[in-house]
Amino acid sequence: MTAQNLERAAKPDWLHGVLDAFPILIAVIPFGALFGAVAVKSGLDVPTAILASASIYAGASQFVMLDLLGQQVPVWSIILAVFAVNFRHVLYSASLSQHLTHFSPLQIALSFFFLVDPQFAAGETRAEKGKLTPAYYFAYAASLYSVWLLVSWLGALFGGMIEDPAVYGIDFILPLYFIGLVMGFRQRRFFWPILGTSATVSMIAYFTLGNPWHIAAGGIAGMLLGAAMSQPPEVE
Amino acid sequence: MMSNTVWIILACAAVTYLTRCGGHLIIAQFGEIHHRLRAALAAVPTAVLTALVAPSFLTHGLAEGLAISAAALIALRFSIIISTFASLIILVGLRTIIG
Repeated sequence: MTAQNLERAAKPDWLHGVLDAFPILIAVIPFGALFGAVAVKSGLDVPTAILASASIYAGASQFVMLDLLGQQVPVWSIILAVFAVNFRHVLYSASLSQHLTHFSPLQIALSFFFLVDPQFAAGETRAEKGKLTPAYYFAYAASLYSVWLLVSWLGALFGGMIEDPAVYGIDFILPLYFIGLVMGFRQRRFFWPILGTSATVSMIAYFTLGNPWHIAAGGIAGMLLGAAMSQPPEVE
Repeated sequence: MMSNTVWIILACAAVTYLTRCGGHLIIAQFGEIHHRLRAALAAVPTAVLTALVAPSFLTHGLAEGLAISAAALIALRFSIIISTFASLIILVGLRTIIG
């Protein structure tokens, strides 16, 4: 019996999945609660707030949706903004699909529903160390997803008790959160030029074309800059 | 009868799922992704979120503009939870001072 077999006999894959999810839950709990609270303050009822967490299951884009729901912009622009914010998942699924060799077609389809940022990181790390099994992947997913729903619900209940959001600055929490998200991408290539270009184009579009065109205009300007500055990969 | 908001949420869920299986489908269809397309996709979250926030830097007030700057600076060093709540406290403080 090899050492690897012995280790696997000692701890089943699903248990590794649950244990690996634990540290991430610390970060997920305040977010989910915040989403629930802000959702209720934005006029959603509790079941609708839970529906958003359960069906979209993508924190940042859920906040974007709330922000735009409050701005009276056309419906298509809300859906487009959510699509754009979640676009990074295209890269995740392109990369992860190479590691899903032990998954059935149905499991593959289901696995993409749960492909949030930490899930992607955990899947890649697991595949790097050996093999990624459905037991590991779905145990990790179930831990994250169930806690996300629970804290969204608790946040929504608590949010209903806050009477005047402006007193606590909660009316302005979304821009403060979004700028923090942006700074999280600063290790990426061309981050500062993209940030500068998108910010400038967005402001110009906001004051000329108006809401919601600044989002598409600033977003496309940043994408074009990224594409223009890209170098072909070195041939090995 | 379902409300408008419920439909919007379900549509958002559908496009989110589309992004999550999209990369898999593209790879299955075409193999590798061109490097310029990959760079454009990698730029999306930075570009779109920046475009979303940028006007609120100018359109609200001095306290709000300063709070966004503080959030950006704090996020360089600390987690997003800390940057969000610290800048929120700064905003509440500035609003009481500036009015």
